[in-house]
Amino acid sequence: MYDKGKIIPGLIVFVLIAVSPIIYNRGNAGQVPNPEKSKVARECVRPAQEMRERHMQLLIGWRYNVVRENGAREGVTAGGTKYARSLQLGCLKCHTSKEKFCDKCHAYAAVEPYCWDCHFASKEKM
Amino acid sequence: MDIKRRKFLKLAGLSAVAGIGAPSAFNMLLRGEARASEKGHGEGETTQATEQRLGLVINVRKFAANHGLAGKCINACHTIHNVPNYGNKKDEIKWIWVETFEHAFPEHSQYKRNEGLDQLPIMTLCNHCDNPPCVRACPTQATFKNKKNGVVMMDYHRCIGCRFCMVACPSRARSFNWRSPREKDSEGRYRFIEHLNPDYPTRMRGVVEKCTLCIERIERGQIPACVEATGNTGAMVFGDLHDPNSEISKVLNENFTIQRKPAAGTHPSLFYII
Repeated sequence: MYDKGKIIPGLIVFVLIAVSPIIYNRGNAGQVPNPEKSKVARECVRPAQEMRERHMQLLIGWRYNVVRENGAREGVTAGGTKYARSLQLGCLKCHTSKEKFCDKCHAYAAVEPYCWDCHFASKEKM
Repeated sequence: MDIKRRKFLKLAGLSAVAGIGAPSAFNMLLRGEARASEKGHGEGETTQATEQRLGLVINVRKFAANHGLAGKCINACHTIHNVPNYGNKKDEIKWIWVETFEHAFPEHSQYKRNEGLDQLPIMTLCNHCDNPPCVRACPTQATFKNKKNGVVMMDYHRCIGCRFCMVACPSRARSFNWRSPREKDSEGRYRFIEHLNPDYPTRMRGVVEKCTLCIERIERGQIPACVEATGNTGAMVFGDLHDPNSEISKVLNENFTIQRKPAAGTHPSLFYII
């Protein structure tokens, strides 16, 4: 190989620069989001951990079931509280602020759900 | 083996074509797709009967007698559903609107027509056809017939804005959002939605929308907003066409009614008393 002495150190330097952000931030998850808990309700429609991990599947399931399969528009929590199976009329009744609840984790995970293109987030912002 | 290079290549080419093509062709035939597409062209096409068939009788005479009633209906519907008013005909979104007799019933003879007919306000909205052509045209099943009550519904999440349904609809009941209904003015208010109903979503740019017969109200046990707006005038009667004892069945039994474009074979669920 020609110019071995320049190429190999050059490659090593390049790789080091490329992975430097990962090395610099190792073991640091950044500022962990802290979405505001509902002040109204004591329990959510599912256990908190399940909601954290799978609320999107739950919402899509509601949407499909209510809109397309004539599913019930109302559900009951484990504790017996009735709720509307709806983003706008259900979730947002307890989690009143999109900015303090939804956006916290969505911004952290860099996801932009398109719910709000049509659904209204919170009443105070209109 | 004595085989020429030319012959070998021919054989290899043919077997490659057969090998690639055969499985997909077999799959199509086995799953019956070939037949399904033939049926899509309208021959003998009937949709599944639903448990209920919700419909409306619109008494045009009552609308003519009650000046402003039609406007009240339109207002009630468009306010509840956050239907934007863009202020121009090109972008217009309408779920329910007033049509002239000539335009609503073009197949009726217009020769020597009673002049009074021109002044009649014909309330028009989605016909909620029993055999909806829009549903057949929709490539994503964003529009579909409710399995329980036959209402032709929209799932805006699925609409890709291809507008096939608009072309398919013989009553022109569908509108396309050419622009965003949520554009805001400098003061942060919605430009095109005058009275916002925060409990109902808007649509977004690039989707088709239409009357849903207030399915969200029906499921809560209420009647459609337009019917509610007519109050006790009897200008609109809402009910189940399958139920022989429903009010709508009685009204239909006692009156001569016509439908919009019956020749299209879509079996509308709306009836007009002229």
